[in-house]
Amino acid sequence: MHVPDGFINAPVSAAAGVVAAGAVAVSLRGARRELDERTAPLAGLVAAFVFAAQMLNFPVAAGTSGHLLGGALAAILVGPFTGVLCLSVVLLMQGILFADGGLTALGVNITVMGVVTTVVGYAVFRALVKVLPKKRPSITVSAFVAALLSVPAAAAAFTLVYAVGGTTDVPIGQVLTAMVGVHLLIGIGEATITALTVGAVIAVRPDLVYGARGLTAPLKLRVNGELVDAPAAEPVPVAARSPRKLLLAGLVTSLLLAGFVSFYASANPDGLEKVAADKGIDAKAEDHAAADSPLADYGVQGITDSRLSGGLAGVIGVGVTVVAGTGVFWAVRRRRTGGTSPASTSDIPGNA
Amino acid sequence: MGAGHAHKLYRHGHSPVHALPPHTKLTAVFAFVVVVVSTPRTAVWAFALYAALLGTVAYAARVPASFLLKRLLIEIPFVAFAVLMPFVAQGERVDVLGVSLSVNGLWGAWNVLAKGTLGVAASVLLAATTELRELLLGLQRLRLPPLLVQIASFMIRYGDVITDEMRRMRIARESRGFEARGVRHWGVLAKSAGALFIRSYERGERVHLAMISRGYAGSMPVIDEVTASRAQWSYALALPCAALVVCLLGWFL
Repeated sequence: MHVPDGFINAPVSAAAGVVAAGAVAVSLRGARRELDERTAPLAGLVAAFVFAAQMLNFPVAAGTSGHLLGGALAAILVGPFTGVLCLSVVLLMQGILFADGGLTALGVNITVMGVVTTVVGYAVFRALVKVLPKKRPSITVSAFVAALLSVPAAAAAFTLVYAVGGTTDVPIGQVLTAMVGVHLLIGIGEATITALTVGAVIAVRPDLVYGARGLTAPLKLRVNGELVDAPAAEPVPVAARSPRKLLLAGLVTSLLLAGFVSFYASANPDGLEKVAADKGIDAKAEDHAAADSPLADYGVQGITDSRLSGGLAGVIGVGVTVVAGTGVFWAVRRRRTGGTSPASTSDIPGNA
Repeated sequence: MGAGHAHKLYRHGHSPVHALPPHTKLTAVFAFVVVVVSTPRTAVWAFALYAALLGTVAYAARVPASFLLKRLLIEIPFVAFAVLMPFVAQGERVDVLGVSLSVNGLWGAWNVLAKGTLGVAASVLLAATTELRELLLGLQRLRLPPLLVQIASFMIRYGDVITDEMRRMRIARESRGFEARGVRHWGVLAKSAGALFIRSYERGERVHLAMISRGYAGSMPVIDEVTASRAQWSYALALPCAALVVCLLGWFL
């Protein structure tokens, strides 16, 4: 699954490299929060573990065997930030030492296999752990689903990169079907192995599973025949951390990507549209309701240069998405705080 | 990393390529691959020239062709993908030996095969002529975040230890009559993976304590800073510069 050189064109490889560098930079800061100064040895050893675990073969049947990819597993065991770091280092070393994956495709590889699997896996895992009852089996179930979804998500991400910067005109619809189909199968194997491994670790050292930290029952002491809560450890004061910097960085990155990448993206119709046009599917398709909106078909009306217009549309699209997302976020938060303390709603601006 | 720990990808030698500082080699390989990737795929002769350039470097480094070719096998999975391309790609089609193939797909397959192979060959030459520790020093010199370099160095140093631990577990399993034959045995293998994780993590904790007791405070002391003279830089950058000339010729001819 390692992408070699020449598979994705230069501008998109560079953009993926920027994304990967950003993700690694954010993870470096995050991992210091997860592990403080133990980061280097622990992340290094976990990376060595991921590297070794990828060599552990799981026989399927009749001589075929699969192996672990490890994104979701690493995220669940050591946390998302350290997970991204470990996988990135493994991919970097595989690229430089073993020539597995091209050097110019390093950004694509880290983004697709390191960041997407880890982030999707961990997000699904956290969401499920929140919903399911707080018991050990639900950790295993969540790990299963997280790993199951993380692999096809990576395949879909790869298809997206390929659609933007692929060097051959293969119909994207077919690529997507083939990639996601095959990786759904791989995902089942990955999910089984991940769930079993997490189950094995949680049975021996539940404290080592980052994703299951909320599950430990509070320590009780038996004093004179009755159970008393043990005195809690001194809470470590956490410096107030403003998410503003992170949000700004994310916004700038998406704006850059939307503007820059779509500037370089081919002006030809994409594979799916092309297949539709070739097969005459779109003859019957009715015009989309927003077809005559100013952003229809990812271009800004009145600007004739198709690339400039595409880039502009990308930037505007990111802006609209951010505003809409913030609106939803505010609405949800307002409703939640409104339920508990009505007084606190007065200081929230009414832009929801 | 003493003599016994040199990785099997490295070929010990005293050639001029071995003697170059690692960061110049890293820069040269990266620039070379970038140039190769940005060459138009229709300039077939340019790729032959690139291959000749790499052949010259391999000759100067005294890396035998058989070693290089054996290591190129890593590319096979993507070759399979490239072979499929002419069949599924869109556009104008030609008949080759009675099979209808897409012209665009043929060019795409050629593109991936040529550029991918050259990239792999360049990386193989780098790994064959540079020791692991030097490679890490080179990465640090190229301003990769120190923490990332430290993580990579721990991964490299303990990779063999962890792999050996895995091998010992396998021997222990097999000496108890276990043989993994199918999905039913995944539970046992996953328990081994879990145990491997716990052992790795606990080893990490012990390593950290050992480091603290020796005065570690978040950064590693650099005792052998690598430096490169102007001559060494120009020697290393001869490869990408020659490639750039070929690339420009490819664009304008």
